[in-house]
Amino acid sequence: MLEIRIHGRGGQGNVVAAYLLAAAVIDAGLYGQAFPAFGAERRGAPVAAFVRVACDTVKRRCQIEKPDIVVVQDPTLLRTPATLAGLEKDGRVLVNSARQEELPPPAGLDGRWVSLPASRIAEETIGRPVPNAALLGALLTLTGICPLQALEQALEERFPPEIAARNRRAVRMAVERVEENAWRSVVDARGL
Amino acid sequence: MRAAFEGSQAIARAVARCRPQVVAAYPITPQTHIVEGIAKLVADGEADCEVVSVESEFAAASVVLGAAAAGSRAYTATASQGVLLMAEVLYNIAGMRVPLVLTCANRAISAPINIWNDHQDAMAVRDAGWIQLFCTDNQDAVDTTIQAFRITQDTELPVMVCVDGFILTHLFEPVDLPSQEQIDMFLPPYQFSRTLDPRRPLTLGTLVGPEHYTEVRAQLHADLEAAVPAILEADSDWADLIGRRAGGLIKCDGPHSAGIGVLTLGSVYGTLQEAARELLPDTPLRLMALRSFRPFPVEALREAVDGLSDLIVLERAIGPGAGGILANEVRAALAGLRDVPRVHGAIAGLGGRDIPIEILPRLLRLAEAAEPVRCTVIDLQSAPPARSGGAR
Repeated sequence: MLEIRIHGRGGQGNVVAAYLLAAAVIDAGLYGQAFPAFGAERRGAPVAAFVRVACDTVKRRCQIEKPDIVVVQDPTLLRTPATLAGLEKDGRVLVNSARQEELPPPAGLDGRWVSLPASRIAEETIGRPVPNAALLGALLTLTGICPLQALEQALEERFPPEIAARNRRAVRMAVERVEENAWRSVVDARGL
Repeated sequence: MRAAFEGSQAIARAVARCRPQVVAAYPITPQTHIVEGIAKLVADGEADCEVVSVESEFAAASVVLGAAAAGSRAYTATASQGVLLMAEVLYNIAGMRVPLVLTCANRAISAPINIWNDHQDAMAVRDAGWIQLFCTDNQDAVDTTIQAFRITQDTELPVMVCVDGFILTHLFEPVDLPSQEQIDMFLPPYQFSRTLDPRRPLTLGTLVGPEHYTEVRAQLHADLEAAVPAILEADSDWADLIGRRAGGLIKCDGPHSAGIGVLTLGSVYGTLQEAARELLPDTPLRLMALRSFRPFPVEALREAVDGLSDLIVLERAIGPGAGGILANEVRAALAGLRDVPRVHGAIAGLGGRDIPIEILPRLLRLAEAAEPVRCTVIDLQSAPPARSGGAR
């Protein structure tokens, strides 16, 4: 079982990102489970969402305290201890940032994190800085947990055609910027 | 059709395929997505039903009461303060013996205000005369919702389907959504033996004096108890048709040789199952989830706990001044049996506090106590002051 926690701010599409990721892995024949950190969602407030991916049905309904992967939609959230709390020893972090070198390097994360200018990609492709689709494209490329087509299918099921097409462009642009299967060892270690 | 849905949307689709004729609800977190989903299905032409916008939960319950009494299959959904605002009408619905289905997206009760999950809302109306069925996962929520329409019709008792707010309503995962044809085979068209009709006037809910009131109330109690076969039959007919049960009266997992059991309500059952497998693979344990809280299945419970030395009851509600509501009912149901297990009461997960898998070993330590633990809030993060608030 692979456990992913998505941190962002209300309005960045955190829950949608979690649902899209679960929909994609389910479409690819795996089991997927996604749910928000149950809260009063307010625009700009720190929020989180959870995704579990496994070969078989997962029955637990508790929140993810020890994530294998953390996705950070807003780099300022790295200053909040809750964002990386409980990250597994070999866990990985994907951060939406145009400037990896200017970010305070999270302690002990050398070589275990990747940044992607997801908001900039979204501005170019979608027309507003919603980083979720680009981050998901990068996450699937880094991990190889399911084919990108499954994510594109999930986008088409969730959004009207024009919006889905723009999100698809964001995904494709993100895919070019990260190393394929760079995080495969983490996924393999979880039996996926 | 197996597909991935948010729990609320799976429930909305299941309800729509039961062909309700009237749906009325007032929005309240975390229920809102369910009725929004039904309204959208109707707006998109995928369901044919009257969706009534109302000004409160009191009105929502009143509208579906009237609609069902006038011969329509009717449905509503609510949570928390909405359940409390409905409370007067909920008693009326049961007292008038009108068939209805209500989804309760379980949520805590104010004050302090809290929008997150626990079972206090359903417990607050446990004596209203409704059948109350608790779901452990979203498949269960879909199947139980459909069965509820059949049970309410067979018994002429209203059915509340309790689904953990957020934990299930906002959980996206695959479920099998039975087809329209399958549901049509399972669920006959709505009928109510006392349908209001100007050609055959009758009165529902009239004034009843001391000469009959006791008999009416005793009848309601007797009929709730007598609803057990209808609940079991709906589930077994469903299994014959779909190949899957929703849990009958009580779900059980684990070896019969187990000496310790844990009984709970709702979605934490799945967490406990995985906790047992992952954290305590060598400890024989019997895990149980009560599906039918009303009627309280005394016989089925006695069978389920047979042979246990200790039974730990884990619940997401509290009866201030009394302790665990479920634990106390379990004690009453087991009283007088020979070799009755020691019953320990544990409360956790109030107001959305996460119940992690590590709860299981902590629960099992209760069984080591010299005397049975009457009631403990097991996930306190700070000790409450000896005395807080209030006038001196």
